[in-house]
Amino acid sequence: MVPLGHYLILSAILFATGTMGVFLRRNVITMLLSIEVMLNAVNLAFIAFGRTHGSVDGQVIMFFVVTVAAAEAAIGLALVIALFRHRESLNPDVFTSLKW
Amino acid sequence: MLLLIPLLPFLGFLTNLALGRRLSRAVSGGVACAAMFGAFLAAAWSSWALLQMPADARGIVQQVAPWMESGSLSVPFTLRLDPLGAVMALVVTFVGFLIHVYSTAYMHEERESEYARYFSYLNLFAAFMLVLVLGASFPVMFVGWEGVGLCSYLLIGFWFTKPSASDAGKKAFVVNRIGDVGFLLGIFVVWSQFGSLDFQEVARQAGQLPPETTFGALSLATLLLFVGATGKSAQIPLYVWLPDAMEGPTPVSALIHAATMVTAGVYMIGRNAVLFSHAPETLAIVAGIGVATALMAGTIGLVQNDIKRVLAYSTVSQLGLMFVAMGVGAFAAGIFHLYTHAFFKALLFLGSGAVIHALAGEQDIRRMGGLRKELPVTYWTFLVGALAISGVPLLSGFFSKDEILWRSFAGGHTLVWGVAVAASLLTAIYMFRLVFLTFHGRRATQAGHGLAEAAHAHGGAGGHLHDAPPAMAVVLILLAVGSVLAGYVGVPAVLGGSNHIEHFLAPSFAAPGLETGGEHGANLAEAPSEGASRTESRGEGGHAAAAEGEGGHADHRTELGLMAFSSGIALAGIGIAAYFFLRRREAADRVAARFAGAHRVLLHKYYVDELYDAAIVQPIRRTSERALWRVFDAGIVDGAVNGAGSFVNGASAILRRLQTGSMRAYALSVFVGVVLILGYYVWR
Repeated sequence: MVPLGHYLILSAILFATGTMGVFLRRNVITMLLSIEVMLNAVNLAFIAFGRTHGSVDGQVIMFFVVTVAAAEAAIGLALVIALFRHRESLNPDVFTSLKW
Repeated sequence: MLLLIPLLPFLGFLTNLALGRRLSRAVSGGVACAAMFGAFLAAAWSSWALLQMPADARGIVQQVAPWMESGSLSVPFTLRLDPLGAVMALVVTFVGFLIHVYSTAYMHEERESEYARYFSYLNLFAAFMLVLVLGASFPVMFVGWEGVGLCSYLLIGFWFTKPSASDAGKKAFVVNRIGDVGFLLGIFVVWSQFGSLDFQEVARQAGQLPPETTFGALSLATLLLFVGATGKSAQIPLYVWLPDAMEGPTPVSALIHAATMVTAGVYMIGRNAVLFSHAPETLAIVAGIGVATALMAGTIGLVQNDIKRVLAYSTVSQLGLMFVAMGVGAFAAGIFHLYTHAFFKALLFLGSGAVIHALAGEQDIRRMGGLRKELPVTYWTFLVGALAISGVPLLSGFFSKDEILWRSFAGGHTLVWGVAVAASLLTAIYMFRLVFLTFHGRRATQAGHGLAEAAHAHGGAGGHLHDAPPAMAVVLILLAVGSVLAGYVGVPAVLGGSNHIEHFLAPSFAAPGLETGGEHGANLAEAPSEGASRTESRGEGGHAAAAEGEGGHADHRTELGLMAFSSGIALAGIGIAAYFFLRRREAADRVAARFAGAHRVLLHKYYVDELYDAAIVQPIRRTSERALWRVFDAGIVDGAVNGAGSFVNGASAILRRLQTGSMRAYALSVFVGVVLILGYYVWR
């Protein structure tokens, strides 16, 4: 059986990868994908803890997160399409009109 | 029943206030007159009931409602009618009713809403005046006192679109406020001394004290009350508002600024006669102020050219005479003069109103003259009023004025008597100057153009002026009859009368529950022992105020001699006026040119307005403008408000830089925040 620590290390690596994607990529769609990676890193941690403790709570939480992620992806992609129609660009640094 | 007396005019006020715009002139004027007539009937009925009571226990009390209850302070809203109140209430309602009737004609050219506004104010004034007169305690009187001040302000400034009228209203209000502060402080002192504010209770307690020989608490209280009286009754130093108050409609001048409201101060001293007679120091001040005012106003009246202003200074002068009576302890004589003065001064004002009405607003007597033929009713009634105020024998003014002069002489106040006689001489001169310049001679030609227009406006043909319309004429005649006959309730004993009014009023000036000595008591006010010092005789005069009934022991021959002397003075005054203003008008101009300096001083009213302006108004104005407005208000108050605003503005100018609009910057800050919080929990 794979020990809990390995799962957590993998989860942390995935989370860090996702975070870096959010901050470093200059494409809104890639940023959304990175957020999905972060969410799934958290899901992995939940399931690993649940299995270790013999509880289904982790899996239940995981399903909630997947559901919310699906909704988020739908809204996020809709926003991206709307933004693209507006500005002809997917670079987040272009969308800075909401400031002082 | 007593409540009905002030309540009826108040209901009239409410009616005209609520419905005035929709009522026709006849209805709103009719309601106001009916309310006043009802009040007069109620006052007459109550006074009749009062007369049926035994002479020394006359008083009707009606507690309307509990009012102020706090600790040991208990002030119910109580009305009380006693002989003094009865005289005042009858004068106010009767003269008030006549002036209401007169006003229906005088104000007829106003718009309907203005007409209703006028009558609602007039009714409100009557209601407050009657509360003032009937109030049984200081606070109730104060309600009326302030209320009449308010109505005075409203009516002086009735034609508020005219700046001079609204300024005059403000001046009257502010000057009255100064006096009212004194009155209020006086009430506080009375409360601290006696623990009661009811007039009877205060008089009962004060009656048991000895008269003060030095300036003590009673003197302080009465002096403060007298400050209030100087404001309301236009005495030095607060008389300046009354001449300006003539900006109001003439019937208002007659009712408020001659017959009733301005006498409130005299009435208030009469109401507190026991208190004042125990403070000889204050009485001396009252007499001194009164006589100084009488003389000063009389001299100013000599040279004024506005018909109403002359009458206004005459009012101030006559009020001064009433205060002289109060100051020498002759309270009944003062109230008697108040009562006769109400008739002839109302008559004179209404007569001047009829003249002004006929001339379409002309008030300058230099542009009048020769009106005798064209305004016969006005002329004859005005003449009766002038004769009465000058003190010509057998008219009402003669009896009351002579009573005051005699009392001050008999009380040992020879100086006061002398100045008062000089003031009466002046009265006769300026009144007949008015009569001769207005009604005799020929009208000055330069005014012909305006007057012809005025005559046309009144539907006259060929410059013919119309005499007073019926409503005004009837009132003038009634008041003229009153001016002749009013004095006969107080014919002095020496002329074979029995001075009913003094006997009637006497209980009001005595401390209740004390043996007053009645009519047989030694009449100290009239017969001071030869060696008595002035102060002593004043104190005794106060004591004997209740027993002023009979002049039994007084020297009848002296009294008759003085009477003849003052009659002679009145006739001399008329003669002087006739010489200067009827026979040889150029002689008057010569005298004026000869004493140009004095004439100028009088014409400018002794520069008192200028003095007050320089000494009080301008410093206040400058302090307000420079220190209070520019420094405190604009600098500190506005500075604090604006400072709060600009601080927030400046702070947000820095803080808003954080809102970059870059979503990655936001995400980074959220991330860093999460890391910091987690780090805190992990490593703490």
